[in-house]
Amino acid sequence: MDFSSGLFSFLYQTGDAFAFLVLSACGLAVIFGMMGIINLAHGEFILCGAYVTTSAVQVGLPLPIAIFLGTAVAGLVGMLLERVIIRHLYSRPLDSIVVTWGISMIATQGTLIILGSTMPGTGTPFGSFSVGGYGYSVYRLVLMLAALATLAVLWLVFTRTRFGILARATIQVPHIAEALGVNTSLIYSLTFGLGAALAGLCGGLYAPTMTLVPTMGSAFVVEAFVTVVVGGADIFLGTAPAAAILAVVKAGLTSWQGQLAGQIGLLVAVIVVIRILPRGLTGFILRERA
Amino acid sequence: MSSRNSVSSALRLLEGPQTLGKGPGFWAGFAVVLALACAYPLFADGYDVGNNVYFFNWAFMALGLGLIWGYGGALSFGQTAFFGVAGYAYGVLTINLGDAYGLTFFSLVAAVAISALFAAVLGYFLFFGRISGVFLGIVTLSVTLVLERFMSQTAGPEWAIGSARLNGFNGMGGMPSLTIPWPGGDIVLFPDVALYYLTLAILVVVYLALRMLVNSRFGNVLVAIRENPQRAEMLGYDIRRYQLGAFVIGSGLAGLSGVLYTAWGNYITPSSMGMSAAALPVVWVAVGGRSDLTTTLFGTLLVLAGFQYLTIYGSQYALVVMGVLLVVTILAAPSGIFITLGALFSKGLRRRLKRERA
Repeated sequence: MDFSSGLFSFLYQTGDAFAFLVLSACGLAVIFGMMGIINLAHGEFILCGAYVTTSAVQVGLPLPIAIFLGTAVAGLVGMLLERVIIRHLYSRPLDSIVVTWGISMIATQGTLIILGSTMPGTGTPFGSFSVGGYGYSVYRLVLMLAALATLAVLWLVFTRTRFGILARATIQVPHIAEALGVNTSLIYSLTFGLGAALAGLCGGLYAPTMTLVPTMGSAFVVEAFVTVVVGGADIFLGTAPAAAILAVVKAGLTSWQGQLAGQIGLLVAVIVVIRILPRGLTGFILRERA
Repeated sequence: MSSRNSVSSALRLLEGPQTLGKGPGFWAGFAVVLALACAYPLFADGYDVGNNVYFFNWAFMALGLGLIWGYGGALSFGQTAFFGVAGYAYGVLTINLGDAYGLTFFSLVAAVAISALFAAVLGYFLFFGRISGVFLGIVTLSVTLVLERFMSQTAGPEWAIGSARLNGFNGMGGMPSLTIPWPGGDIVLFPDVALYYLTLAILVVVYLALRMLVNSRFGNVLVAIRENPQRAEMLGYDIRRYQLGAFVIGSGLAGLSGVLYTAWGNYITPSSMGMSAAALPVVWVAVGGRSDLTTTLFGTLLVLAGFQYLTIYGSQYALVVMGVLLVVTILAAPSGIFITLGALFSKGLRRRLKRERA
């Protein structure tokens, strides 16, 4: 392997890791950043998106529409859960996290009971291309673009739309926002739904590349957790740069020692980082700017 | 004289502000329960008694989580990491050292020490990095999930420590049970009446020692930190040290659970550190009532018994029921079922409940 194809291989792996980290973490980060809740059922929303997408493809819908359906269903389920359960626990943030774990247990095992231990996948579309004698999947490039597009759309939503402005107002000073006529309870519902939908999107996008099993959510959650922990509360100042840094760590370790080393390396990196930057990259960047 | 004083002042700590139950009534009840537990093997055959040691094995992890979460206010979702580390450590040590000369008990102590050391290193980074509640939970959860995945891929023959094969996803077996050296033939503690009494004795000692710990200065400071970390810090306490201390003790207890479980079943698998394994201690402790040792202990045994019953009569629904139980408890009885039910009858508990809700 000459230098340029080696470089391409490393960039490809880094981009792949970046896409995975961004897509798996952004739903979690939206809910955490806006509401201060870590949604331990995050993996199950990913599961929901993946299953709905795959089922839709199997009844003959084209993949993009299927992914959209998966995203929408996960979002609606998220809003429903917020209305029924999580709403009652805003005054007890730690309890709300424990509750989402209960939901996660019910969802994983419920999926196993109802849909069985595995679901036939659909296969990765688009085929592959080769650089310097090594094959690469085209779909992985699509995932990288999807990750960047997701970040861009989120940025537009939170800065340029009415919902984004109201959501940020609600997060900053809920009582004043309410006094000014914002329906804060609706905003909380929508935000939670948005986070769940992003998880569903992640599941839908990765569904063609994975084996569908009821515990597949836990393949994403460790990466999502560490990205959010390193990133801190802000998705643009935190999650995105954290994903970029962690992607380099992960890709480097993975190509050096394999998949598991990448994951262990991530976790160790995170534990060291929180010792130095307790408020994550968000806190670090905001302090620099202040 | 002074040693007598220190003993009696230590015994006074058995009851205090941080534990429910005091006075002759409570201790009479304690004696009755203990007597019933001691008498149980007289009315059941050895096989059943040995199987039921299983319930006690988990109680240590639950008490440890109660100390960290209920008393210290720090969410640790990854207690199973220490359970697994200690279980594997016991396996590796005993397979290599053998079961003669009481080496199994040396391995027990060493394995618990290894898990406590692991907790100390991890806890140093977490608490001295001033990680707040939420992040603490997900970092510890990530640790246990990554450990599970690591152990799952150790199937090949290159993954061996001495003569102990780690054996990957299928788990490690073949380690000896706890063995007491005895003139005229070692006593091997198979799951039977003798192991039952040993585990019960350890459980009683740990329970009483924890009662003393939480009513001591250490426990009071720990509760002060849970109630208001800033205030505790302003009063001059280094909250990081207290939380780290509670974390190490609680994790050591999770390790003790791991060793006893491994020695009991001669078996440990990576899935004992997985997502659903990690969720179960949280369910036990939350349902029983995490802010008190006694409710934690009884809640754990009760939920475990229910779980076991469900596993026999409809195994796949057991985890769903656990999830529902957790959600309902948090929504309807956040202080746990015992305190919430007790509040219907007792004024003191009602006041306590009100204080916790506030």
